[in-house]
This record gives sequence, structure tokens and C-alpha cells, in this order.
Amino acid sequence: MIHLQNVRKRYRRPDGGWFEAVASTSLSIGAGEIFGLIGYSGAGKSTLMRLINLLERPDEGSVIVDTQDLTGLSARELRRARQNIGMVFQQFNLLANRTVAGNVAFPLEIAGWSKGDIEKRVAECLEVVGLTDRAGHYPAQLSGGQKQRVGIARALAPNPKVILADEATSALDPKTTQSILDCLQDINRRFGVTVVVVTHEMNVVRSICQRAAVLDAGRVVEVLDIVDGRIEAESELARSLLEAA
Amino acid sequence: METLTFADALANLSMMAPEIWQACKETALMLVIGLAAAFCFGGPLGFLLYLTQPGQIFAHRIVNGVLGWLVNLVRSFPFIILMVSLVPLTRILVGSTIGPVAAAVPLSFAAIPYFARLVEQTLREVPRGVVEAAEAMGASPLQIITKVLLVEARSGLISGVTILTISFLSYSAVAGVVGGGGIGDLAIRYGYYRFQTEVMIAMVLLLVLIVQIIQFVGNRLAARLDKR
Repeated sequence: MIHLQNVRKRYRRPDGGWFEAVASTSLSIGAGEIFGLIGYSGAGKSTLMRLINLLERPDEGSVIVDTQDLTGLSARELRRARQNIGMVFQQFNLLANRTVAGNVAFPLEIAGWSKGDIEKRVAECLEVVGLTDRAGHYPAQLSGGQKQRVGIARALAPNPKVILADEATSALDPKTTQSILDCLQDINRRFGVTVVVVTHEMNVVRSICQRAAVLDAGRVVEVLDIVDGRIEAESELARSLLEAA
Repeated sequence: METLTFADALANLSMMAPEIWQACKETALMLVIGLAAAFCFGGPLGFLLYLTQPGQIFAHRIVNGVLGWLVNLVRSFPFIILMVSLVPLTRILVGSTIGPVAAAVPLSFAAIPYFARLVEQTLREVPRGVVEAAEAMGASPLQIITKVLLVEARSGLISGVTILTISFLSYSAVAGVVGGGGIGDLAIRYGYYRFQTEVMIAMVLLLVLIVQIIQFVGNRLAARLDKR
């Protein structure tokens, strides 16, 4: 579903040197997988994820999502392609002046859906995340976990093939974290959506991921297989992340 | 000089009612033209100032620098000097340099960059992440402006309009004195040059009342639109 081929991303440092956020990296994520990107702060995991929907444009390499090379698209084509890739954020990034239903409707309005279709789809998505009774509330009236559910419903609304979750549970307490992870897993199972999660917590990976790439200094150190919550780690970095969990 | 009783003062003022009403209309006309110019040109300019900043969707260092410099340039002129320097332009545009319409030319000139800065500042308070979320959903620049920035900043924009209106009510009094007419002009002509203090007091009280009303309405509207 997602193929990153020799992608590389560097930033100019204030001192004039370069910071290599993602060193030449290749990664393939299968359709219907829940794939983790794990590492410590500054390891490049968020940048790597943001390359998938081209919020960051790679300096080199190609980004193929659903057989389409995003790096070669025009601005208009890229906007269309992005409607196929939902995103969930650590800080939720909801529109404060729109209701819960309005927030979920937002990506559908952007995609040009009709009013009737939007209404129907919003109701479905709120049902999936269990927020039907909060449709008319504003984000400020919700708890953190509820806000993130709105974020997930919003990401799910346009029937995307892929959902990217960038530290989606890092602002939440452990109990809420588990319910959000369950929600993501539920969506993955019911709708076959490929899910990519960025996290610094091995527990998140253990809880829902089938595979996970361990990142350090912009490189993939190891790709872990998670079977029944068991993780066989070879690299020192992966072990230290495991111990921290 | 004979002392004036309160009843005499009221009688004088009521005799002047038609002139006071005329002055109010002139002030309103100056404000309406100035604010309309601020919305039509200052608003988009404010958006452009914001959107061309580094990290925003139309980031462009040179455009941003030039626009910022121009806005600062016009804003550096003390209003009275801006007014005098724009006399030739006013004559070309309006065909005259007196009357509320002529006075509205320098008012508009001052209001455009003033409002642009207010808009820019307000837009900066919209969290970057919300704009980014819209980008990730495939929103076009126009959709980001109309569906994200305008909606998320609407309460702040209303507060900006309130500030602008009150500032330019005061500017319009200055413009009035050099031929624009209006409430300020009336206060100076009667209250100062003709020593009719009661006119001065009445005009100031009128302005106090207008400012209070504008601020009250602005606050109510801003609060109602703010769901954060």
C-alpha cells in the first residue's frame, strides 16, 4: 500500500550546516497492516510519516501510496490523493469554531460531497467512534480522549485507504490511550484501512501493531515483527525501548 | 461674558439639532467609506501578509518583506501629515478637498494598513496545526482561507474591526477639522472658536456614547462567535 523508496529529507540548520532528518530510507507497508514507527525524540519518525502524505517533500526518492507516486503529482492531483490518506494528530488539531459533526464533515466538504451524503457519512463515522450523542458539541466541551475520537472520525470520513496517526495518544492518559488504540484497531479490522502509527512508546506498538520500524538518526535500525504481543528485538535500540516500556 | 444656565444650554443645543444630525451623518459617511476600504483592501492585504510568512502556505520572503515595508511606511505618517500629503490625490479622486467624501480618502489610506496589521496579527493566533490538518486533508489554499482561517479567526477579526472603528471615529474628527465636517468639526467650530462650551461638551458626550456602543456590540458579537 505504501512504498517509500530511498527517501531522504534534510533541513538547513541555523549555523548553515545540514540536519539529516531522514537518511536514504526504503520501507514498504502492506495493505491492511497496522505499522509502527518507533524511536526516541528526534529520530525522524514524524518526518518519515509526514513524507507519506507529502506534508514534507522528500529531497530524493519516491513516495508511492496505493500505486500512485505522489512526488510526481501536480498540486491539484496531490490534494486529491491526500483525500485518500487520513491523518490523526497529537494535538488533535480540530476546528474550535465547528461542532463535532462540523469537524467530521470538513474533509467531505473539501472533497465536494453533497449535503445529504455528508450528513449520512458523518453520522456513520460518529457511530464508529462512539460519539453520536456529542455531534452538536464544540471541541472545547470535550475531554482529550473524545477530541481524539473526533480526530479519528474526521480521518475516517472520506473512506481513506490509509490513516496516519502521529503520536495520537501521547497527550492522553494510559486508560484513554488504550481506548483510542482500540478504536484505531477496530477501524483497521472493520474497514481494512492501513494504519501507520508514530510513537515513542513500545506499549503502543505491542498493543496494536503487526510490524514496526525502529528509527534512529533518520535511519531504520530494525523492523520488528509483533506476534501475539511478543517482540523479538535484535538491535540494542529496540531492546532499550522495550525495557523502557 | 454672561453665564449660561443649563436650560439655556439645552435650548441652544436643541436649536442646533439639525446641524448636529448633519454632523453625525458626515461622520458616519467618513467612517463607512474608510471601513469599506479597510475591508476591501486591508483585509486581503492582511491575509497576504500572513500567508507569505515563512512556514505558511504562500511563504515568500521578498513579497512578505515588501508588503510589510509598505504597510509600515504608510503607518509611520502621523495622520494629519498623511492627510495633507494626500491632498493632490484626493483632488484627482474626488474632484474636491472638502467634504466628508474627500476626507474619506486619507482616512481610507490610513485604515488599509492599520486593518491589514490587525488581520495579520489575528490570523497568527490560529494554531498552525489546524491549517496543517486541512492541508493533509487535501484542502486548497482558497478552502484553507475561507473554511479554516476565516472561521477560526472570526472572533478576533470582529475585535479587530471594533478597534479599527473606534480608532477611525477619532481620526475622522481630525479629518473633519480640515474640511471634512462631522462631529469633531462641529465641536471645534462652535465649542472652541465660538466659545460655546455646551456644544463641545455635548459632542464629546455623544462620542463617548458612540464608542461605548461600538465596543459593547463588538464584544458581544466576538464572544458569541468564539467557541474555543
